[in-house]
Amino acid sequence: MVSFFRRPQQLKESLTKTRASFLTRLTSLVAKNEVNEEFWSGLEETLIGADVGVETTVALVDKLRVSAEKEHVRETTRVEEMLKEELRTILAQTTTVQQSPISNPSASLRTSLQSPRVVLIVGVNGSGKTTSIAKLTRYYQAQDKKVILAAADTFRAAAIEQLQVWGKRVGVDVVAHQPGADPGAVAFDAWQAAHARRADYLIVDTAGRLQTKFNLMKELEKIARVLQKNDPTAPHETLLVLDAVTGQNGLQQAREFKKATPLTGLILTKLDGTAKGGIVFAIAKELQVPIQFIGTGEGIDDWAEFDARELVEGLFE
Amino acid sequence: MRSLSPAQTVVKIVNEELIKTLGEPAKIDLSGEPPHVVMLVGLQGSGKTTTAAKLALQLRKHQQKPLLVAADTRRPAAIQQIQTLGNQLDIPVHSEGNTVPPPTICANAVKRASDGAYSVVLLDTAGRLHIDDELMRELEEVKTKANPQEVLLVVDAMTGQEAVRVADEFHKRVGLTGLILTKVDGDARGGAALSVRAVTGVPIKYMGVGEKTDALEQFFPERLASRILGMGDVLTLIEKAQATMDQEVAQKAAEKLLRAQFTFEDFLEQLQQIKKMGPLSQLLGMVPGLSQVTKDLPADVTDKQIKRVEAIINSMTREERQRPEVLNGSRRKRIALGSGTSVQEVNQLMSQFKQMQRMMQQLKSGRMRGILPNIPGLGL
Repeated sequence: MVSFFRRPQQLKESLTKTRASFLTRLTSLVAKNEVNEEFWSGLEETLIGADVGVETTVALVDKLRVSAEKEHVRETTRVEEMLKEELRTILAQTTTVQQSPISNPSASLRTSLQSPRVVLIVGVNGSGKTTSIAKLTRYYQAQDKKVILAAADTFRAAAIEQLQVWGKRVGVDVVAHQPGADPGAVAFDAWQAAHARRADYLIVDTAGRLQTKFNLMKELEKIARVLQKNDPTAPHETLLVLDAVTGQNGLQQAREFKKATPLTGLILTKLDGTAKGGIVFAIAKELQVPIQFIGTGEGIDDWAEFDARELVEGLFE
Repeated sequence: MRSLSPAQTVVKIVNEELIKTLGEPAKIDLSGEPPHVVMLVGLQGSGKTTTAAKLALQLRKHQQKPLLVAADTRRPAAIQQIQTLGNQLDIPVHSEGNTVPPPTICANAVKRASDGAYSVVLLDTAGRLHIDDELMRELEEVKTKANPQEVLLVVDAMTGQEAVRVADEFHKRVGLTGLILTKVDGDARGGAALSVRAVTGVPIKYMGVGEKTDALEQFFPERLASRILGMGDVLTLIEKAQATMDQEVAQKAAEKLLRAQFTFEDFLEQLQQIKKMGPLSQLLGMVPGLSQVTKDLPADVTDKQIKRVEAIINSMTREERQRPEVLNGSRRKRIALGSGTSVQEVNQLMSQFKQMQRMMQQLKSGRMRGILPNIPGLGL
């Protein structure tokens, strides 16, 4: 029988080898300065190894090949530059469409003078929603904004306490009900509180949900609907929190969450590991959802506005 | 079984190799003198705490006396989380707050279990990155002090290429004895399991398949292999069906399906059986081929919709149910009125029904023959 998979030990060696050799191989390919088959497959492997995904990678590399041939490009460094440019363009498309209102709070504040700006945080289980909320709060506080948090994850054990601990640490009020309470009701009350206390931002934490759970996805729609009873323009932002370690399933997550509630952006978390978060290219390409922020560590200030250049460079590190 | 087409042969071989790579189903090692110490490790957000509770529940079902240990002193409210779960399940939790170093907590917990009150000690450690040297060292210390007989890496099924490095690093530092794959109830194919298993060489012991505390299944390589291949989880579905469906009814329906004498009466009967099995969306995804078809169907195939379908079929005469082709315009109108639905809905059901019949024809014509013999009642 043909063996499609090598035995574990061999596979292990080869995987580590592939890993280690991505960069060295690419560097040596670039150093050889010869645009050939080996170079192209090296590029492909680098991208797939960074979770960019086979489909997006093949499309990218094919496109590059065509333009490299047309322009008679022979220097590998030049091709690498072209690739980076291409990757940046994919990400840039989404940000120009969006004109990212969240990072421009003065402009957005004008549009809702009396009401708090509502930021709904969604994502699958364990992606880092609650920690991201704490960091986002700090980010707004640094801009002298008043923030109130809504503990609408009423499902997971101690999720409310987790948000309350963070709330205390960053010094903001957390509106919470009992565990098992209706998340819509929590969001509604929190909005009322945020309005009465003249908060600039209301950030709503929601329970983690896998995108395949139909009823839970419906619940998100409901939370949005309930918020709209207070302010028809809410939520102003719906941010999907995506773990950088996520592979190709990230695209499916973005797709399904976008169906349930219009996404205005992504928060890419846990970029402090060696994960490259390459899946965001597929997401940007297919769904046009921009990345707004990145989480880079466990500390409350390990947080940054997204910079396409940085992420692209990171892929090749 | 008839001979397979070349494409089918490839799928078959790949499937077999996948199963081999994924390894034998393995149980948790509870040999030797109690207390047995089980340590759970993994990245942040992979599902360690939930898994610890699920595992404790399962072990108790097997006459063990588990003790949960709150060794995650870092994440806010992690201790409350495990305590809440412990309270729900009535399983004791050992906690010393978040100021005592985790290795000390774990050592104390093992000591507490040594007098015979507990047979299994489950250490819920904090999530950490595989490249965080300081925290990895802490994990090594926990291992030295608590001397676990199982060190299980908890891996999110949605993990991408990074899974390789994560597993490799954890294995090097603390010597894994097994894996638990979580969030398998999502739509991730679970290819990460393959890499992790290949890199570490240790067996996958459990899969987490839901948010409820009883949603932990023993791992079977065949199922994950077919899932990775996108064939749908036939075996799980069959098992679910066997557990809830009346064997005879199922057998009859299956035979009819294949002879394409499938009528609305059978459809109704099946719907009623399906209702016993759980959320429809989850079930449909498990059927090979159907996972494609359901994509084209409206997304809101819910249990509510089943009720409407039932109402429509109940409003049909016996003849109409057995011979759907007699359903002309005026009959459809009558059915819509009788069931409190609209003619459009009746039409929609008709077309879905036809689609199903067509699919059964395809099944019969052998497009998926390779898998059919494995399905009891459908074997040709």
